[in-house]
This record gives sequence, C-alpha cells and structure tokens, in this order.
Amino acid sequence: MRAGAKLGLFLLLTPLLLWLGLLIIIPHIDMFLVSIRERIGVGQYQTSPANYLTFLTEPLYLVTFMRTAFMSILATLLTLVIGFPVAFYIAKIAKGRLQSALFLLCLVPFWVSELVRTFGWMILLRETGIFSNLLQWLGLVDGPVEMLYNDVAMIVGLVYTSMLFMVVPLVTTIESLDDSIIEAGYDLGGSNLSILREIVIPHAMPGIASGSIVVFMLSLGNYLTPTMLGGKDSLWFTELIYSQFIVRFNWELGAAFGFMLLILSSLIVWAMLKLTGQTLEKTMT
Amino acid sequence: MIPSIRQPLSLTLIYRAYIVLFFVYLALPLLVVSIFAFNDSLFPSLPWEGFTLAWFFGDERPMIGVFNERPIMRALSNSGFIAVFVSALSVCVGTTNAFLFNRYEFPLRGLLYVLMLLPLVIPGIVLGISILVFSSTLANGLEDGLGWDIYALRPGLTLVILGQFSFITTIVTLVISARLQKFDRSLEEAALNLGAGPLTAVRTVTIPYLLPALVGGFGVAFLMSFENFNTTLMLVGSEAPLTIAMFDRLKEGSTPLLNAVSLLLMLGSSGLALLMILFQRKA
Repeated sequence: MRAGAKLGLFLLLTPLLLWLGLLIIIPHIDMFLVSIRERIGVGQYQTSPANYLTFLTEPLYLVTFMRTAFMSILATLLTLVIGFPVAFYIAKIAKGRLQSALFLLCLVPFWVSELVRTFGWMILLRETGIFSNLLQWLGLVDGPVEMLYNDVAMIVGLVYTSMLFMVVPLVTTIESLDDSIIEAGYDLGGSNLSILREIVIPHAMPGIASGSIVVFMLSLGNYLTPTMLGGKDSLWFTELIYSQFIVRFNWELGAAFGFMLLILSSLIVWAMLKLTGQTLEKTMT
Repeated sequence: MIPSIRQPLSLTLIYRAYIVLFFVYLALPLLVVSIFAFNDSLFPSLPWEGFTLAWFFGDERPMIGVFNERPIMRALSNSGFIAVFVSALSVCVGTTNAFLFNRYEFPLRGLLYVLMLLPLVIPGIVLGISILVFSSTLANGLEDGLGWDIYALRPGLTLVILGQFSFITTIVTLVISARLQKFDRSLEEAALNLGAGPLTAVRTVTIPYLLPALVGGFGVAFLMSFENFNTTLMLVGSEAPLTIAMFDRLKEGSTPLLNAVSLLLMLGSSGLALLMILFQRKA
C-alpha cells in the first residue's frame, strides 16, 4: 500500500510539474533571458540591460505604462462602486425567483465573447451610432456626435467587460452576512452609512479583494477594448507589447515590456492582498 | 437596507431605478448587436432599412450570409477544434491536480499550490508571449542542433491550444477541487472493504460523484477557450479561430455579417451554459 501511495503521488505530480514547468515557469525564465540580451550583429547577442534602459528613457513607453496602470485602477474602482449596490440588492433585497433571475442576468453578457461586447459598444457610441442618432432626434445636438475613440468610451468598455468578476464574489460574500447582524446595527442606532461602513463592507472584504484583483488584472492585460474603443491618445501598454512582437519584430524589447507588465501586475495584486489582509489561496477559491 | 428595516420610499425607489438602469446597461450592447443582424443595409447602424435574413443565409454579393461565408465557417471550426482539445486536456490535468492537492501531503505542497494558482494572475498577453518566445527558442535550438524543423512549435493551432490550456487548467482544477473536497471518503473506504482495488474504488465511486464537476469544468473550459482573445492573439498562425478572424474584420470596418456571427455565438454559448445548469440541477 505504501509503495502504491508513492506511485500514485508520482503519477499525479507528473502532469502538474509538466504543465507548470513547460508552460509557465521555463517560458517566463526564457522570456527574461531574451529581455536582457541586446542584438549587436546578425544572430549575435550580448547580455545587457539595454532594453530596460530603453523602456525607462523613452517617454512614450514610460507614460503609456503609467497611464495603463492608472486607468486600470480607475476602472477597477468604478467597477467596484457601480457593482456593489447591485451585488447587495441581489444578495439581500431580492428574494427567491427574482434573486436567481437577476443573478443569472448578471452572468449572461459574459457567456459571449468580449469581441461581441466591444462591438456592441461600437455600434452604440460611434458617429452613426444609436446614441448619436438619439441625441439628434431629441434635438439636443445639431449634427452627429462621435463618442467613440476616447478615454471615456474605453473606461465604459473596460467596466462593462469585467463587471461579472466583481459582482459574483461580492454577492457570495454579502449573502453570507447574517441579516440579524444588520438589524442589530440598526437597533443600536446605526445609520445606513455607518452600518455600510462598519458592518457590510468589512464583511464583504474578501469578495472586494478577489473581485478587485481579477478586474484589475483583466483591465491591465486587456488589448481588445483599448484598441477598439480607445482613441489615438489612449494607447494601452499591451498594444506596445503587441507592436514590438508582431509588427516591429523586436522580441528583446517586447519581452522586456512583458516583464514590466508582469512586475506591475504582481506588485499591485500583492499590495491589494496586503491592504485587505487576504492571501492568494483564500481569494481564488 | 434590508427588507426587515423600513426605509423612506424615495430611497427605495431610487435604489430600484438604479438596479433597472444597471441591467439596461448590461443588456444594451448585446441587444443592439442582435437587432442589427437583421438590418437590410451594408452597415450595422441606423437608419433601419427593413428586416432581412440575408446576413444569415444570403448567397449573393454584397450580402453573403454567415452560413455561406467560407472564412468565417472555417474560423468557427478552428475554434471548435481548439476548444475541444483545450477542454479535454484541462479536465484531465485538472482532475489529477485536484486529487493531488486533496489526497496527498508532500514537500513543497504549499508552494506548488500557489504556483498552480499563478496563471490566473499573469496577464494573458504575457502568457502568450512567454510561450511564443520559449517555443521559438526550442524550435531554433532543435533546428540548429539536430536539423529538425518542428512545425508544431511555430505559431499555429498547437501553440494556441497549449497557451489556452496553460491558464484554463487552473480554473478547471478549482472547479473540480471544490467538489472533491465535499466528497465523503468513507464511501470510498466502503468500496475498499467490499473488496474493490483502490483504482476500482476511485473509478466506480469517486469519479461518478465528481461527474457534475467534470462536465461543468469541461463546459467552462470550452467557453473560455472559445472566447479567449489575448493569449490566442500572440500565438495564432494562419488558421485563425473565430475571435481573431472577427477582430481582423472589425478592424477593416464592420458589416451586419459580424452581427449575425455574434448573435449565433450568443445563442450558442447561452445554450451551452443552459445545458450545463440543467445538468448540474439534475445531478
């Protein structure tokens, strides 16, 4: 039996190690190695921090990097603020059929591809789109208005795309809060705001943390929404990575960019976990 | 805030209006995509030119319907092919992972568990480029060293499958683990007492119990693979899956053909999701 257990352990470990080793760990090490080499001739390379220096000294790269980080945080906060009341409504106010129907309705948009969702926003917001026509019909504007290709459109798209990943963990955690605790808060003279601040939000913290982490990651790594909805000035860092890899074929610089994105996302995820007192294991399950 | 506590009527009404507005916001983009699939015009925008099914079944230029548009149908079959492989692979590895972390104590268990979760917090595009870089290092090494030119290591279907598999496995592992944790091990012990070997016990007792999670995991993996964009974008070769093919079209300018494809996608994925829910209910 003991030998059997050892064999079992070995057989179960193999796929895990192959998967993590060949598809996650070694590729990232290799990407790091590529990012610290510099081309000095045809097929000749030397180790140097040149790519990272380029990243730090070229304003376009650095500004895009900071902007992407800032906008992703903004999108995450907006998603949280917009999604929280909805999650609370589903978890505590809606009952029975209505509750499951609303919850299901929240999930529906995410069964379809992000491309379709983005396409929907394009039809709504563009110059010949629905909103523009509606405003003209109402007589609020004289000519067609272009609402696409700017930061607001991009943020609307980002918030839309990641709403599910905020609402679902929030509903789960808020649902586990006992109604009687909220009632006790009112009995003790608490107001809506103080109860929200001192009872509901602290209880929902694990949900807030995991929702925020996922939404932030999705926004930071998004390519489609900024490309399709954002304007000339709303360049996203993933677009830089794509252009270095596929358009310019400068893999060394592209790999360095990829690493910077990875470091940024890990840092912010780590900070969020620390700030909310959570661990990765707890937030993901 | 909760029903047992009375609130001013105005507050309740404002709250309700907000919820309604939120669901309008959720539904609006999908609704317009669907409606304009039936517009008898070359552009998916107003004015409304009348109802037509040409964007589904049309076979004359300029209105060639989805079902007669070869590149789109080919992209659809590519997507299906990729999704089946990714789901099958990730359900297999997800199951072994779930058993490993649920049943065994071994050195570095905690570290491996965190590593197992890691693909979820790596941006998809970074996963894509790291696999692209590594596979091309490997391909170049094999070609220079041994003279082997391995086609599978160049951007294409194989790399797309591996790239999607690399993070979807984590999600499937979590889905299957959640059910395995609730399993009562005494059932398995009973099977052992009745003379079953360990493998037979797992096969006849544990796996049937896990079946809803296995099917659920397969469905989730299938949908995620079908929808994936970021990782796929970096690894795609000449055989583009549907999301990439649609993206290329969208960049050139859109026709209601894209609306028609989108509507079919919506119907397909909600159908699949519904099936999964029904199956889960029954189990």
